[in-house]
Amino acid sequence: MNLTLKIWRQENEKAQGKFVTYEVKDISPDSSFLEMLDILNEQLVNKIQLPIAFDHDCREGICGMCSLYINGRAHGPDEGITTCQLHMRKFSDGDIITIEPWRSRGFPIIKDLMVNRDAFDNIMQSGGYISVNTGGIPDANSIPISKENSDLSMDAAACIGCGACVATCKNSSAMLFVSAKVSQFALLPQGRTEAKIISNIARMNREFLCANFS
Amino acid sequence: MAILNSKVPGGKLFDKWTEYKNHQNLVNPANKRKLDIIIVGTGLAGASAAASLGELGFKVKNFCYQDSARRAHSIAAQGGINAAKNYPNDGDSVYRLFYDTVKGGDYRARESNVYRLAEVSNSIIDQGVAQGIPFARDYGGLLDNRSFGGALVSRTFYARGQTGQQLLLGAYSALSRQINKKTVDMYNRTELMDIVIVDGRARGIVVRNLVTGKIESHFGHAVVLATGGYGNVFFLSTNAMGSNVSAAWKAHKKGSYFANPCFVQIHPTCIPVHGDFQSKLTLMSESLRNDGRIWVPKKKSDAEKIRKGQLKPESLKEEDRDYYLERRYPAFGNLVPRDVASRAAKERCDAGFGIEKTGKGVYLDFKSAIERLGKNTIEQRYGNLFQMYGKITDDNPYETPMKIYPAIHYSMGGVWVDYELMSTVKGLFVVGEANFSDHGANRLGASALMQGLADGYFVLPYTIQNYLADQIGVARMDTNLPEFKKAEKDVKLLLDKLMSIKGKRSVDSIHKELGITMWDNVGMARNKKGLELALEKIKSLKKEFWTNLRIPGEINSLNTELEKAYRLADFLELGELMAKDALHRDESSGGHFREEYQTDEGEAKRDDKNFTYAAAWEYAGENKEHILHKDVLSYENIEVKQRNYKK
Repeated sequence: MNLTLKIWRQENEKAQGKFVTYEVKDISPDSSFLEMLDILNEQLVNKIQLPIAFDHDCREGICGMCSLYINGRAHGPDEGITTCQLHMRKFSDGDIITIEPWRSRGFPIIKDLMVNRDAFDNIMQSGGYISVNTGGIPDANSIPISKENSDLSMDAAACIGCGACVATCKNSSAMLFVSAKVSQFALLPQGRTEAKIISNIARMNREFLCANFS
Repeated sequence: MAILNSKVPGGKLFDKWTEYKNHQNLVNPANKRKLDIIIVGTGLAGASAAASLGELGFKVKNFCYQDSARRAHSIAAQGGINAAKNYPNDGDSVYRLFYDTVKGGDYRARESNVYRLAEVSNSIIDQGVAQGIPFARDYGGLLDNRSFGGALVSRTFYARGQTGQQLLLGAYSALSRQINKKTVDMYNRTELMDIVIVDGRARGIVVRNLVTGKIESHFGHAVVLATGGYGNVFFLSTNAMGSNVSAAWKAHKKGSYFANPCFVQIHPTCIPVHGDFQSKLTLMSESLRNDGRIWVPKKKSDAEKIRKGQLKPESLKEEDRDYYLERRYPAFGNLVPRDVASRAAKERCDAGFGIEKTGKGVYLDFKSAIERLGKNTIEQRYGNLFQMYGKITDDNPYETPMKIYPAIHYSMGGVWVDYELMSTVKGLFVVGEANFSDHGANRLGASALMQGLADGYFVLPYTIQNYLADQIGVARMDTNLPEFKKAEKDVKLLLDKLMSIKGKRSVDSIHKELGITMWDNVGMARNKKGLELALEKIKSLKKEFWTNLRIPGEINSLNTELEKAYRLADFLELGELMAKDALHRDESSGGHFREEYQTDEGEAKRDDKNFTYAAAWEYAGENKEHILHKDVLSYENIEVKQRNYKK
């Protein structure tokens, strides 16, 4: 299929950005969205132009590094997946696709479609852990945990920290990211022995100027 | 030339690690604060080492090329982590885990290291639970286990299909805690460019800030590499796009021997290649072989019809299916080790029974498991994998069998290390997949997570102290020392050289060619002729790279093409060494299958008399032949046998 791409290009954090239009041809519906961008970048490199900078790594939907806003939606039109798992069969020949970086004050743009998500690391550092050192730990089966709680905890723990929730929220709130970590720990006896949730939220409030918290 | 001394402690196998710990040198708390440790990489091995050493009071600097430590590719490990807990009461023990790992590795791993690994395995599970990792549990609230290849017991702990993610986030949480306590300084989007040696010891690294392009040096009393494997030498692999060999390769060029480079693991169950635009391959967890059955059509005519789309696999009758693993290996069936399963798939496809348009695919079928256990149970066990498969292929694996084919997955080879995990350069330690030590010629499923965390949590924090204990008198060095400045200058010269080629070809176009050469000749089946051809081809690709490469953009800014270029430069050199290593090893063992050396039944045929050693290669300089050193392996606690998964 042939596609028209409108892609946000921005030299660095301070520079003025703009949309630039590109055409790509003969894209297989079986290729992934990022493979489609690879093909575009190969074209650009062959013309000695700067390729489009975008974050990606595992390309299996788990590392949380890819981060595109596609046609006004974080990770594009498909449900329950990241951009790297989005396949071109979700689009049609002749489509115009708009591609932007995450939009949030908490995630400044580094270049083109790449953003800085240090704020998430900062939140984790301010309390996203159970305070245990390596070693000297009781046997793993010493405290039974109900399957139900364990499963619910796993649901929350599965958050990949990509930042789509922040990019989607009108207030750029990191509430979903934080609550995933809080839920994971709150459901387990290991996590209930210390309450670091407050510092977590306070930190979140500094990084993400959220209107629902004062 | 360094002397190859593996420093394995004396005494009985079962006591070595305890004895070592009892007698090793330690560093007192006041002195720990004066010692800097550089750790490169934040996967399971790197993050767990950084957190543990920070907790002990050392001053740690931790580096990763990704935007956050949590992205390291350990995160993608799906199926599970082994431990000898014997919770299911099915006869497991530390010895049995040790035995299975040495046997699975086709008797090419160091006995003492593997025994230590099995010994500390249980502590990893305890640690994970304490960190708040929601491992799978049974209704009674206790931990659940599943089975993995190469074992007759259930010893694999898991968190759905995201075990690597949960273990990594546990280590990342512990790391985050230390960053908050300021015992660890974290450097994201920063890539190692070289290792600095002062008076024969590793004393620091030169890094490039990937956002600004700035080159700078960092000092450490010791340097630890936890930089993962080199599967991307094949271009297509299950590794992350950024995974590379460069840190290990720089260590190699600075004097660390590189061991068994030809031992790479080809994972039997990945989604088949579907076009030349493909950027990576996706793994379908080995855990699926607990319930999935692997087959191809019995008749070539049926296979042909399937390839042409004239026949659907689900309509093929039971008697027309060849469950070839169950047929060939009745004892282990679908749960044979990865190398065996991969070769068996290749054998059927080469014989003309393959499915997919390309003929390179076999089925992984859940029909009988769904009939036996119900769709809900299968969904609970593998839901996220089925969803991922559906998104990529547009097929519904609940209704039609999955299509799979082997793909490059893991590197058993890596930087040679001694019992203390130190390379042949003093003060340069290598942990996790980046080293060579524990998996021999083939790694068993769910053992990579175990080894990464064993090294980082429970081995390195001890052994590195034995080295650092006599370094307490060494003051922090200024990075303006000539050794640092020289290394920085060399890095800048390399980058200038790459940018000034100004040829016509993109990095990826050359990398893809390298990948095809490696896959065809240094892949699942190798022979003398093919390996010699590969050596020729790589030589010409190297020339093409250094004369016809084109990199747009600048050195001093974010430049993804430049990053790919300096990584590929190292892959090209590694590829050559892999082919040489494969050529020198005149036997088949584990993942290294030489067509000239096989049994009548097509199984790998080892030559224990001549090859019971790890091949540790010394770098001799540009355009000079590598020098081979043999780390001779002896098995005192295990009877070395032909691996047999038939009975």
